[in-house]
Amino acid sequence: MAKILIIAEHLNGKLNSSTARCVTCAREIKPDAIDVLVLSDAPDSIAAGAAKIDGVSKVLTIANAANAHSLAAVFAPQIAAVAKNGYTHVLAPSTTFGKDLAPRVAALLGVAQVSDAMKAIDAHTFQRPIYAGNAIITVQAPADQVLVATVRTASYPAAANGANAAPVEAVNVNVELPSHTRFIELAQASSDRPDLQSARRVVSGGRGVGSKENFAIIFALADKLGAAVGASRAAVDAGYVPSDLQVGQTGKIIAPELYMAIGISGAIQHLTGIKDAGTIVAINKDGEAPIFEVANIGLVGDLFKLIPELEQALN
Amino acid sequence: MKILVGYKRVVDFNVRIQVKPDGTGVVTDGVKLSANPFDDIALEEALRLREKGIATEVIVATIGPADCQAHLRNGLAMGANRAIHVVTNDAIQPLTAARALLKLIEKEQPQILILGKQAIDDDCNQTGQMLAALWNRPQATFASKVEVTGNAARVTREVDAGLETIEVDLPAVITTDLRLNEPRFIKLPDIMKAKSKPLETIEFASLGVESGDHLKTTNYAPPAKRSKGVMVKDAAELVAALKTKGLL
Repeated sequence: MAKILIIAEHLNGKLNSSTARCVTCAREIKPDAIDVLVLSDAPDSIAAGAAKIDGVSKVLTIANAANAHSLAAVFAPQIAAVAKNGYTHVLAPSTTFGKDLAPRVAALLGVAQVSDAMKAIDAHTFQRPIYAGNAIITVQAPADQVLVATVRTASYPAAANGANAAPVEAVNVNVELPSHTRFIELAQASSDRPDLQSARRVVSGGRGVGSKENFAIIFALADKLGAAVGASRAAVDAGYVPSDLQVGQTGKIIAPELYMAIGISGAIQHLTGIKDAGTIVAINKDGEAPIFEVANIGLVGDLFKLIPELEQALN
Repeated sequence: MKILVGYKRVVDFNVRIQVKPDGTGVVTDGVKLSANPFDDIALEEALRLREKGIATEVIVATIGPADCQAHLRNGLAMGANRAIHVVTNDAIQPLTAARALLKLIEKEQPQILILGKQAIDDDCNQTGQMLAALWNRPQATFASKVEVTGNAARVTREVDAGLETIEVDLPAVITTDLRLNEPRFIKLPDIMKAKSKPLETIEFASLGVESGDHLKTTNYAPPAKRSKGVMVKDAAELVAALKTKGLL
């Protein structure tokens, strides 16, 4: 009798595809109901988007000016209150949004949390990675508690969109919201490129790219392929690109159809972020680099010579 | 102002983790143990706040077996004023750790609790958030910049969409991301000095914490291996190979 509550992730009035990925995880549990909860100052258009996702039973909204920004301290008590209405599971995506929020909800409910669920064995048993993905554990949560989990979005495709028209319901929760946490600003790099977390193709650069200026060739190749741009931690630490492009254990975990690693040696912490990619292409001047152990297609050579040649060959 | 730092000991990030053949765990016998890298960043940030005159005392705390004392001495050598060791041989889960840290907060009354955003062993990324909830105080997770002014902190957070800045009233919990700072190296004289710094030990059982270790791990397995790929000799061959796979 599983009844699942999924916390919708959204920004600037748009539903993030991580929500539809959580729905796919929820369906794996074969529940009786999958409800999506939208907390926002203006939830209507977001809720309308969530109602279209296949498998969603109902969309719940809590409209409140205090919900204008995703502050975990403000969201968590509202989610905990809704969860007490007979839900057996609360799922959130394992993005920075869900990672920030879900443990706060779990603690309010007095329950443990399963982080980065990558496979549901049954309603209370999940597989999840530890040690940067070097081991996969099977964890069992007690069946008599609400199960809070973050869903490793790279492990699940987004549920299809369009055929469903789930009802949307406004809910009232009677909880006190804190004023001790205030949103100031979000500095977002404006980009016309695809979003790194949901892109079908990703071109990533590493330390081998050498400088911020040189990274232009990574961006150019990505644009040629209609790909998103990523980077290794080394490239981010060196200041070549901003931190929101980092792929790996402590950055973004992604699963594009095509991942091109350029000038990336392939530290285990980076590889954990791409292990679900469809095809991995590695271009590196060091033929012994560990990236070649996981690459489907490898090319050894100087990236500054090979990338222009590759662009030519793509014409 | 006091700052309490959560300082966990983990398998060193350079160790290649091996799953035991019988699936009961990972091999930890004889492997190198170090401070969780994110917790080193947490301690460094606390020390910098003290050096700026904002904090007066930095306390490092860990929860772990008796031999964690050497680990805490490292934290003291880095510059913490004193250390608290909550002794237990059990591998406790984040909810239990949060409950135990709350007991230390009640005792020490810090204005800021800083810890790593995740430990690189269980990769849970939960303890700070859970502690903030139980404490009923703000959380500023994944911090890449911390500015403390008066009774509030402005924290820039590394989020998927970019850099988010929030303001939190103190006391608060802050969890660190990679780029908050670069932890200092420990110098030999500091190791000598650390030997005489106070290190308090508290038996875990004496804290009176209700266990939150609700999850049972039933199996450990190595990750699925990706099959060995092919090498191509130039850009043209690469494009051809991608076309064959239907990727272009």
